[in-house]
Amino acid sequence: MRNPQLDADGRLIHLLTLEGLPAEVIVRILDAAVPFASISEREVKKVPLLRGRSVFNLFFENSTRTRTTFEIAAKRLSADVINLNIGASSTSKGETLLDTVDNLTAMNADMFVVRHAESGAPHLIAAHLNRTGRTHVHVINAGDGRHAHPTQGLLDLFTIRHYKKEFRHLTVAIVGDVLHSRVARSLIHGLTTLGTPEVRVVGPKTLLPTAVNAMGVHVHHDMRTGLAGCDVIVMLRLQNERMTGALLPSAGEYFKHYGLTPEKLALAKPDAIVMHPGPMNRGVEIDSAVADGARSVILPQVTFGIAVRMAVMSMVAGN
Amino acid sequence: MPLPDAEKTLTALVERMRGAVAFDAKFVGIYSGGAWIAQRLAQMIPGEHPVGFIDVSFYRDDFNRTGLKPALKRTEIPFPVDGATIVLIDDVLYTGRSVRAAINELFDYGRPARIELAVLIDRGGRELPVEPTYAGARLAVAENISLELARADDGKLSLSTTLSATGAGNA
Repeated sequence: MRNPQLDADGRLIHLLTLEGLPAEVIVRILDAAVPFASISEREVKKVPLLRGRSVFNLFFENSTRTRTTFEIAAKRLSADVINLNIGASSTSKGETLLDTVDNLTAMNADMFVVRHAESGAPHLIAAHLNRTGRTHVHVINAGDGRHAHPTQGLLDLFTIRHYKKEFRHLTVAIVGDVLHSRVARSLIHGLTTLGTPEVRVVGPKTLLPTAVNAMGVHVHHDMRTGLAGCDVIVMLRLQNERMTGALLPSAGEYFKHYGLTPEKLALAKPDAIVMHPGPMNRGVEIDSAVADGARSVILPQVTFGIAVRMAVMSMVAGN
Repeated sequence: MPLPDAEKTLTALVERMRGAVAFDAKFVGIYSGGAWIAQRLAQMIPGEHPVGFIDVSFYRDDFNRTGLKPALKRTEIPFPVDGATIVLIDDVLYTGRSVRAAINELFDYGRPARIELAVLIDRGGRELPVEPTYAGARLAVAENISLELARADDGKLSLSTTLSATGAGNA
């Protein structure tokens, strides 16, 4: 079966996951995001590229931050944005996901930005649209279950490339709750596709997925070996709301072993950058001295995120 | 079709602009050919002429047909546009659509006092009411031919033609 993200000519029509996405498509998105970044620095932060298009933010799971960044990106492209918090409306009345999509398509939606607690929901919508010949309607995955968060992965890649120029010599450590993290999965796929020689995941056994080795990463349970000689450290949020059962003794105990402090940061290369997808739990996975320190690029990540989402939306809308 | 020599045409364009262009006019080249010419003109035309660059991809009117262009460049306008006299510079003027897009983009940076247009080659075939203030040469080119400017490693400019698949020629 063809990759449902690409049309017959290999052009990007949906963005569902970075897994299996060709390196040239990823690089094209990252390249396109550079000029989009400069639009946000102007007084008139708007270009007419998606004028007249309707972008529907379909959020079946709450996320103010991600929804807002997609909304800003769409508005800076001059699209009309409609925000739907589905959790609170149709589905509670019994409507199926695809019926919701069909209804909104009947209102001439041009693009769906989908966040869903179930892995595969955006994929289901895209496959449904493709199957019914509506390939002019595009789907962007804004996070599905534990599966993928491709625009976050892309903005992480953009940030790394911005500060480190290329991937071929880098050691990248992803630290923390990899088990529940779609951010980590997307980033690992992206880093691997772009030829990063060493990707490490660092965390307690209970927070690393059992098959993580199969993704081509090195597993560390100790920060001392995990951070040694790293160029990039990506801290993950401890996802309390996704924890079931006793995976951790306590937040304090977690911080002692895996929280990023200035002492642990000293194990990495002197010019290592520190990233975090947000929102941060200060004092749980990251110390304030690091989060606000000179090596932190956490706020630039947010800024780059708008440009990357503008690039993705423009690219799929034009294909 | 015999093509004019690009360097000689550039000299002719300089002759037309010399003495006519404001001493403090700011130059804005449209990527990629117009950007090369803008850099050259800034050195050859008397006065203080800071140079900016525009990639019109985000303002094009054919996005719905062709999608996002590959190899986007970053628009850079390193001076205030408000109240400035600006000379917009392109290599080949054809339909006038690129110029329309560039003027739109310039206005998102401010309100210029005046915009002039300098082009190396005016090949006719306008689809919009756009006329150059200065042209290096005028040339009749068949509709299915695309006229392209190239720059060699030593900076030398040259013109060439290719058969356009879409029949659209230059934008």
